[in-house]
Amino acid sequence: MTSLQTLNKFRIPALLAVLVVFIVFPLVFSNPAVTSIAIFTLIFAAAGTAWNIFSGYTGYIALGHAAYFGIGCYTIAILCQDWHIQGGWGPFWTVPIAGVLAALVAIPTGAIALRTRKHTFIVITIAIFFIAQLMAYNLRGLTGGSQGLSLPFPLWDPGVYNLPFYYVILAILLVALAASWWVRNSKFGLGLLAIRDDEDRARGLGVKTVPMKLTAFVISAFFVGMCGAVWAYFLGSIYPPFAFDALFDVTIALMAFMGGLGTLSGPIIGAVILIPAQQYFTLYYGQNGYYLILYGALFLVVILLLPQGIVPSVSRLWVKVFTPREAPAMPPAPQMPASGESPGSGGSQGFKTKNGANGKPPTSGAATYPAPQTPATQQR
Amino acid sequence: MTLISQAIVDGLLTGGIYALMASGLTLVFGVMDIINIAQGALVVLGAYLSFVLQTHLHIDLFVGLLITMPAMFLLGLVIEWAFVRPLKRDRTQLSILVTFAVALIIEGLLGNVFTTDYQQLHAWYTEQSLHLLGFYLPYIYVFAFLLSVVLLGGLYLLLYRTTFGRSLRATMENRTAAQLIGIDVERVSAVTFGIGVALTAAGGMAFGATTSFNPGSSYDLISRLLVIIILGGMGSLSGALIASLSMLVIEDIVAVVWSPVWSSTIFFALLVVLLLIRPQGLLGKLATRSQ
Repeated sequence: MTSLQTLNKFRIPALLAVLVVFIVFPLVFSNPAVTSIAIFTLIFAAAGTAWNIFSGYTGYIALGHAAYFGIGCYTIAILCQDWHIQGGWGPFWTVPIAGVLAALVAIPTGAIALRTRKHTFIVITIAIFFIAQLMAYNLRGLTGGSQGLSLPFPLWDPGVYNLPFYYVILAILLVALAASWWVRNSKFGLGLLAIRDDEDRARGLGVKTVPMKLTAFVISAFFVGMCGAVWAYFLGSIYPPFAFDALFDVTIALMAFMGGLGTLSGPIIGAVILIPAQQYFTLYYGQNGYYLILYGALFLVVILLLPQGIVPSVSRLWVKVFTPREAPAMPPAPQMPASGESPGSGGSQGFKTKNGANGKPPTSGAATYPAPQTPATQQR
Repeated sequence: MTLISQAIVDGLLTGGIYALMASGLTLVFGVMDIINIAQGALVVLGAYLSFVLQTHLHIDLFVGLLITMPAMFLLGLVIEWAFVRPLKRDRTQLSILVTFAVALIIEGLLGNVFTTDYQQLHAWYTEQSLHLLGFYLPYIYVFAFLLSVVLLGGLYLLLYRTTFGRSLRATMENRTAAQLIGIDVERVSAVTFGIGVALTAAGGMAFGATTSFNPGSSYDLISRLLVIIILGGMGSLSGALIASLSMLVIEDIVAVVWSPVWSSTIFFALLVVLLLIRPQGLLGKLATRSQ
């Protein structure tokens, strides 16, 4: 039994335990300041998970998802205004509509952006984000311009005011996580990973790269739009620079990089570490720019010291520490595939090209020791 | 009609300033295959440096460049050495994130030192206009345009008439082959990055003298600069020049004919339209598959 299988055995109980912690958290720590931070954390965790479905799996770094976040924000605000929805549970029903609208906008914009690759793609997504932000400023009749819009205020008891928001966003996070898990374990996800490793070769092998990339992009925009809607309702009012915030793009990218790009739990771990820290910095050091300095410095440390993120680094460490001693011939370099452990594993790594198109070595604990039943690079 | 021709002249003059800032960005991309998102923040930093020299030491804006440009060159060397060189794999994508972090730090520092109040650089030439051929041209636009011409001309001479320029162009064309024939590509990269950052000192001075700025101005700047270098074709100097002149002219015309609030939207929309037709930009080479 390899150490990774040992890890697998504890996976289900551990996940359930984490879920229980998430569910009872606001009941134990009922201080509104704490639950507010928890809500922001969950919003970003869900958005990061959604972003990861596209960017993490395909390797296309999108820095314009704030556009879909902002569309979600404005959709819920405008719908509540036009349909005269009162504060309470009502506005939550428009959250899926916000997601659908963001997804609809993502179809043409994603199709345009995905005509390009790598750095050009990144810049196009940034440009689309700025177009969306300028629209929010300029379409005054719809968005109220720089005056912003306000949302209905729910008349819940202050003691439990945050709870509905918390559980709604937790539900969205779970659905996004399920979607991410499904994508990861489906043939569709395998195609996305193939695109990440070597897009041209994947296309040569018959992977329908264009519709696959676009589908992943639209799925991620859908969830990001829903997160935006919940965020807007929680804050109560929205303005163009906050609904369409360039820092949002960087934050979710940083979260995913920190936790582990393309891993299932990476964005969530990144969010749990980063967002409370961010809220704290903004609260206490927001005035004089210290917040930006600390944030930038943290960003640099993560990328320069932990370029693969926490999840891959830890799972590699796990494998290193708990591997039985009878395989001392194991080369220490993580890039090398395991030689003695599973002789038949060569065939299961069909999508692993030499170092990938981007020079990205498939350095993951699981890729080093492929479990017999899972092809390609599986890790959670 | 006079309004439109005035808009064209204004656009050309501002376009020259943008060309200065964009040329550094596209040069760095061409040589090092990285995108320096911090370019916008560095432009703002350059503007603040000129501001400090002028208010505290009473040094003229243009004379001050003799100090700020070498200083920014050194800063560029430091940034390259500390943050860009350690990136071994996935340079293009990671460089975007790393330089974004650098930009955040610069923005935070500037906000801490200078607060977020808007500033503008003042001198006699920012207040007066030159009346020429029926156009009213503020002196600062004319001087800044001449500065761009001089600096871009110098850059051209450096690239095409010196040994260093030859090794730079070789590195641009094929990094591995350049290394094989004995070019120190690390050194070339460092100096290129330094030059790119030094150009932002001049661009920042011109920017600060023509518009009011605060530490947050970098977002608007970098998005425009990125659009310009993508439009011109990544890594193409002449492309960046053409793109910055034409984009600024178009933006100014839209501002006059339609409305100033829509002019920047047009800026971004044009990028999207052009990339539908020519994904590699105006003068760019098609990205080929790297094995």
